[in-house]
Amino acid sequence: MNRLMERYLKTDALPTLFCPGCGNGIVQNAAIAAVDRLGMRQDIACVSGIGCSSWIPCYFAMDVMHTTHGRALAFATGLKLARPEKEVLVFTGDGDCMAIGGNHLLHACRRNIDMCVIMVNNYIYGMTGGQKSPATPYGLTTKTSPWGSYDEPLQGAELAMDLGATYAARWTTAHPAQLSKSIEAGIKHKGFAFIEVISQCPTQSGKELYGTRDAAKIVQYFKENSWSYKHGVKPPEGKIVVGVLRHDNDKGEFTEKMLEKQKAVQSSRSRKKGGEGQ
Amino acid sequence: MEANATSSKGRSGRKSIMQGNEACAKGAVYAGCRFFAGYPITPSTEIIELLSEEMMNAGGVFIQMEDEIASACAICGARWGGKKAMTATSGPGFTLMQETIGFAAVTETPVVIVNVQRGGPSTGQPTMSSQQDIYQVRYGSHGDYEIIALAPSSVQEMYDFTVRAFELSEKFRTPVVVLADEVVGHMREKVIVYEGEKQIRAGHRSYVVSPQEDFYTGGNSMVEGQLHDEYGRRIGHLAQESGQFIRSINRKITDHIDEIADVDSFFMEDADVAIVAYGSVARPATSAVRLVKGIKEEAEEKVGRFGLIKKVFSRGKGTESPYSHLKLGLVKVNSVWPFPEAEIRRLAGHCKYVFVPEMNIGKYYREIERCLPECRVVSLPKVGGELHKPKELLAEIERVVTA
Repeated sequence: MNRLMERYLKTDALPTLFCPGCGNGIVQNAAIAAVDRLGMRQDIACVSGIGCSSWIPCYFAMDVMHTTHGRALAFATGLKLARPEKEVLVFTGDGDCMAIGGNHLLHACRRNIDMCVIMVNNYIYGMTGGQKSPATPYGLTTKTSPWGSYDEPLQGAELAMDLGATYAARWTTAHPAQLSKSIEAGIKHKGFAFIEVISQCPTQSGKELYGTRDAAKIVQYFKENSWSYKHGVKPPEGKIVVGVLRHDNDKGEFTEKMLEKQKAVQSSRSRKKGGEGQ
Repeated sequence: MEANATSSKGRSGRKSIMQGNEACAKGAVYAGCRFFAGYPITPSTEIIELLSEEMMNAGGVFIQMEDEIASACAICGARWGGKKAMTATSGPGFTLMQETIGFAAVTETPVVIVNVQRGGPSTGQPTMSSQQDIYQVRYGSHGDYEIIALAPSSVQEMYDFTVRAFELSEKFRTPVVVLADEVVGHMREKVIVYEGEKQIRAGHRSYVVSPQEDFYTGGNSMVEGQLHDEYGRRIGHLAQESGQFIRSINRKITDHIDEIADVDSFFMEDADVAIVAYGSVARPATSAVRLVKGIKEEAEEKVGRFGLIKKVFSRGKGTESPYSHLKLGLVKVNSVWPFPEAEIRRLAGHCKYVFVPEMNIGKYYREIERCLPECRVVSLPKVGGELHKPKELLAEIERVVTA
């Protein structure tokens, strides 16, 4: 373990329950590096839902809330509104965020509430043993689509942008440095930041998706099949579009608007009170 | 109509007339609630409407969430952010909140949930009253946990019990439910409310299984929905430790029932027939007892246990009542959960007959029956959305007692 992780991980909680070759460790490293660069360890709280990816922050020696399935964004909304001056970092997965938590994603994006969401997408329900998720590619054989999935998949980052997220990025576990930079930018961004990380699940989906359970080979596949996002250019078929897809600072943020309203109400009330005294 | 009042001995407040739901909202603000998340639903909607304004006035946070699930989650998140938090809902919304209530119990998150009951099941009777959630509030979420639930029967109790719900939730670090119903939610009557903010003390560490600091205080808190040890580390895969945790999280409530139990009694000393009632049904039950005793004058109000305003009736003449031969008393259960077994046994254990009127198919009477094996416990259920009438109660009691 590197020095940085030694400082940030609860060593007595180790080893993690991640399978060998899981992409979650890469996300852990990238997130911790970002938090450390920002120097805001005590000003950032982590919230997560249920699933393999939601275990990512549970090893962090930080304030962590490991909540119920799909509800991380609802808990995070309450926490952020209670402490608008602080930061919230959410860890979620493709099932947690887009299936059971889809409604909360919709409304968090719509509000453009200031938080940074990392959605680890391995295209599968890993923890329960390899069932299809809303991100599972069309036709893929899983434990609950034995003859191939006939559900249309969702694209996480594009979905978040369509719903109103003002920062959106996609990286893979083959892009740890870029991912870390994006997490840093997402935390700093005043608004709803959504970062999708395409990750490998060698245990549950490796064989069906990539023809191998070898994590190194899957990461190599990510590297070779990624295409850097260029505005206005159509990506080639079958490539994973990576990069910062949107960074918009113009749209108003929810807690700022709330505080503004609160201030206006307070000052009109004190004016009224002053008037009554005269 | 407003006037300064120093009645109810020793507690000064502002006397006014308002609706139960309004009193609940005012009580929350007085208790220091500074975060409200909710979703509109009949018949609790007045609470969310009022708090959308009052929270802003008090410098607090109000948010209308996308559903009741999100509302319950948001108040838990806000409480870890250091704000006292509440949500209010009715029947179907309360069902949606159950998973999060279990989360709040296991993570020891002090939040208040108001359930203004309406008739069910499903969409049921949105505008009519019921007490059909009496078991849902106790057993609604999966797993073994204890819940504290208070059932108000008047507008004053709507106010007082909301305040007490915050006190109890902070003390025991657990979710507390105010189990109101459409009748008390929508009725208007006199209430004494207080200005400012009540200082509510945080719970003693000994009540808490896994003490975690509020977030952003440098405590590296671990709020974990899986069973966990005192540091928040998961133990869900360990049988011994998990068993210990489940026992602890239940016993922190059940070992302190005497600090929670709030049961009123009227004319029980020499009664051999008792009515045990809770929530709005305690109103016609009180009227029935008054009819028997021939009491015409208003009850006196006194500050009683836990600083709550209690009604005290003068002993009526009883002679002019056609029911004067009945030795009838009333046990009014205010803290319905945890079940105040010892109190009920102490107050009604000597009775020959115990009648339990409820606005449901007959549920809570099973608890009463279990704890009063010597008495003949009779369920008086009424479904459909209407309160029992006092004379209806007396006719039924008369029929059973003289049979």
